[in-house]
Amino acid sequence: MKLPATARALPSLFKVGFAEAVAYRAEFLVWMFSTTMPLIMLALWCAVARDAPVERFGQKEFVAYFLATFIVRQLTGSWVAWEMNFEIRRGTLALRLLRPIHPMLTFAVQNLSAQPLRLVVALPMAAIWLGSVGAGQLSRDPVLWIAFGAAMLGSWLVTFLTSFAIGCLAFFMESSIKIMEAWLTLFFVFSGYIIPVELFPPAVRVVGDWLPFRYQIGLPVELMTAAHDRQAALALLGGQWVWVSVMLGGAILLWRRGLERFAAYGG
Amino acid sequence: MISVGDLSKYYQVHKRPPGLKAAVRSVFRRSYTTVKAVDGITFDIRPGERVGFLGPNGAGKTTTLKVLAGLLHPTSGDVRVDGHVPRRREHVFLKKIMLVTGQKQQLLWDLPPAETFELNRAIYDVPNAEFRETIAELTELLELGDLVTKPTRQLSLGERMKCELAASLIHRPKVLFMDEPTIGLDVSMQAVIRTFIKRYNELRGATILLTSHYMDDVAALCPRVIVIDKGRLSYNGGLDALVRQVRPEKRVVLHLQSPVSPAALAPLGKVVAHDTAEAVLQVAQEAVNATVTRALATLPVQDLTVENAPLEEVMSELFARSRAARESEQEAALP
Repeated sequence: MKLPATARALPSLFKVGFAEAVAYRAEFLVWMFSTTMPLIMLALWCAVARDAPVERFGQKEFVAYFLATFIVRQLTGSWVAWEMNFEIRRGTLALRLLRPIHPMLTFAVQNLSAQPLRLVVALPMAAIWLGSVGAGQLSRDPVLWIAFGAAMLGSWLVTFLTSFAIGCLAFFMESSIKIMEAWLTLFFVFSGYIIPVELFPPAVRVVGDWLPFRYQIGLPVELMTAAHDRQAALALLGGQWVWVSVMLGGAILLWRRGLERFAAYGG
Repeated sequence: MISVGDLSKYYQVHKRPPGLKAAVRSVFRRSYTTVKAVDGITFDIRPGERVGFLGPNGAGKTTTLKVLAGLLHPTSGDVRVDGHVPRRREHVFLKKIMLVTGQKQQLLWDLPPAETFELNRAIYDVPNAEFRETIAELTELLELGDLVTKPTRQLSLGERMKCELAASLIHRPKVLFMDEPTIGLDVSMQAVIRTFIKRYNELRGATILLTSHYMDDVAALCPRVIVIDKGRLSYNGGLDALVRQVRPEKRVVLHLQSPVSPAALAPLGKVVAHDTAEAVLQVAQEAVNATVTRALATLPVQDLTVENAPLEEVMSELFARSRAARESEQEAALP
């Protein structure tokens, strides 16, 4: 059976995407080291838990949680909203539109092609994480590990699709970067990036459970640190993939509507 | 191959006077004006034709090309390219066309052009054998040599344009939209690009619609031209016919053995240029023979040529006439 043309193009897209990521390796490393907020929060929360644990979190649990947060953030980040704003305003999006492949896919591949470079930072951090947690503390349930894999993919998809949808808003306004920054503010609060979701007051936690942010960081981190049993994990995973579907639908709708307004300025 | 029927493309443009007060006011009340970039143009282009699409800045040329390439959705009108509606951007349509612009490039900036070629091979799903054949052909025609292995950022503008053209033709498009392909290039590189475009058209039978402000491009490549101004069609036909229609007079260029006085030239026709070695006369077409005979008999002429008026002058006269016609139309519409 012959693969569709788009699927046949993927290896080359990944190859070129990786070559580009390597060409911009210096900027890339600077960006990666600018996402060290979890390490700062790790120090802060460890100090808080020095005398007594905070709920179930002692110092060791905080170390495991925030190292996992750092790794998840490294592997699931996306900057597509900034790229789209630039390309829509400058008209260079036209070059993607001329090609017989959906620009959403080319943006996604560009993002994923940088994963090997991200692993350069994430893998040593994972080794440190494993050392701090201890292999004995890891879940023995293979379903939870499969759920973790699915949650990582879901986390990247929610993050990428949200960023893509916000990027599409640049078709309708002069720039949607401020909206992305507002989203990031909420993300920092509700995703578990700076405070584990478990430590929220109950009312805030209920609100947070209905929002997509927890599924961007909190869920994979919680699964990585064996915070849930199988039933709870699968229920949360279901919630995450509902958000993946919502964001995909929203991104496609905004893309189609936005494209009708594309002015392709700049020659 | 290309059919455009009553095409219009309007933009809503936000207008704000300068200054802080206006900036604050615009937060609460934004005013928009409608700009008619393209205003009801109709034309057809046959397969394999090379057509110049001309007009002053802001005439609507690039907008029209972008509509034809599927980048912009028209406000109204019917557009077909090889039977496809461009705005639908079907993959089968995108594989048949390419828009080459002198101001924007698809080459990956920090990687050698060869990487972009390979990427386009994959995206356009070009079979390996055909890809190798096309690359060999383009390398020869454009004299690419080892340019394709140097990072794009290290190439000169002309070298980049040659590689840009090669990248655009990997999938052998049947329709080529070219927006100022020679802009900013030196004279010899312009000639290389022109020759290449013509050869590609002859080799592949591709239909070419080209915009350029360099009339040499148009004269060398386009037997037919379509002229638009302020979004409206002002001419559609042969280039020679356009010249005859706008500037029916001929230019008689006299290369002189020794200087002659203006008084000696005046009886022959209108003196357009004159120095010690050369004089240019503008004469009615039917008077060319008499003028040439008289010049040879009365002046120290070493050599002589008869030419059409320069295309630049023809175009500026055409644009001036369209402007005047528009202004009188507007005046007539006033109460």
